[in-house]
Amino acid sequence: MKLIHFFTRPRAAPQPRTAPVARERLQILLAHERAVSGKSDLIAILQEEIMAVIAKHFPVDSEGIKVKMERGEVVSTLEVEVEIPTPMCPSFPLPAKPALAEPACAAGVAEAAQTGS
Amino acid sequence: MAKVLVVTSGKGGVGKTTSTAALGAALATAGKNVVLVDFDVGLRNLDLVMGAERRVIYDLINVVQGDAKLAQALIRDKRVPTLSLLPASQTRDKDALTDEGVARVIAELKEKFDWVICDSPAGIERGATLAMRHADVAIVVTNPEVSSVRDSDRIIGLLDSKTEKAEKGERVEKHLLITRFDAARAGRGEMLNVEDVLEILSIPLLGIIPESFEVLRASNLGSPITLNNPVSAPARAYFDAAKRLNGEALDMTIPSDRRGLFGKLFGRRAA
Repeated sequence: MKLIHFFTRPRAAPQPRTAPVARERLQILLAHERAVSGKSDLIAILQEEIMAVIAKHFPVDSEGIKVKMERGEVVSTLEVEVEIPTPMCPSFPLPAKPALAEPACAAGVAEAAQTGS
Repeated sequence: MAKVLVVTSGKGGVGKTTSTAALGAALATAGKNVVLVDFDVGLRNLDLVMGAERRVIYDLINVVQGDAKLAQALIRDKRVPTLSLLPASQTRDKDALTDEGVARVIAELKEKFDWVICDSPAGIERGATLAMRHADVAIVVTNPEVSSVRDSDRIIGLLDSKTEKAEKGERVEKHLLITRFDAARAGRGEMLNVEDVLEILSIPLLGIIPESFEVLRASNLGSPITLNNPVSAPARAYFDAAKRLNGEALDMTIPSDRRGLFGKLFGRRAA
């Protein structure tokens, strides 16, 4: 190699800066992961608080309450299922015809809404 | 008042054990009574990094199960008299560690020492949650690298929910320790810089440990870096971090081993 080549040899191209890519990927990922873990905490908190309220009136155990959240495109639903042993709630006798109870209740709500307006 | 400190990270291989040994030795040389507790059952290494592997007779599980007294299991360091080690078991299953047993041992250690430093295993399973369970202070060890930062974020979440303090509605004091940092590469945009990591994890910075050959040299010899070569760049960074843990306010610097031309020509013998 001639001496002149030693000085005129092209230098290696500078490496692209990859750290900003790492930073951006992490920010997006962690924003998502924090949201998800936050949600599951919320469910656990809800489950505990709902149980505390119900336990004031009925003997329920932690297994008897299921809280589920489903996320939809437009609407998300929160499903709460509470199991209470039947002999434990004498003050709420089973309605003979459960089908009747709902319209009556709905009518009551409608009345309330009308009086309110 | 004794403080329980957990050194944790989520990801393995980022420098938890190295940092536990280095910070423990730094605090002990400053006159504090320090015990290092290895929680990595089945994969213990703190004894090896501390150079005490041939002195292990009883371990944490023996003490938790009542087979040995705490005083029988503690290994006093031969270099620093105020530094002790409680090794993990290499053969037993981690399920042998019960919540009550660990709580009892930690309470007993708090009576004898100023600092109880728990070296957490990697991961987020039982071993890691047990190590952080009784912590007052946590050091999250992070490399400036995507997988380490992500796992640290997860561990920070656990420190805020799975610790005794969190369950009582209090907060574990959290600190970030960035290890294996290469200032030159970060400057060239090849490595996440300190500000990036701080912004993403948003917990206060305890120290920046520069990448250095000295760390491997020290672990080869079974000596914490702060004892093996106290003037090396990583050791100086660990000494600063230890001072911050004791409440001193120091300017944040990244120590460097680089020497000027004079140092390069004449400084070799000193190294």
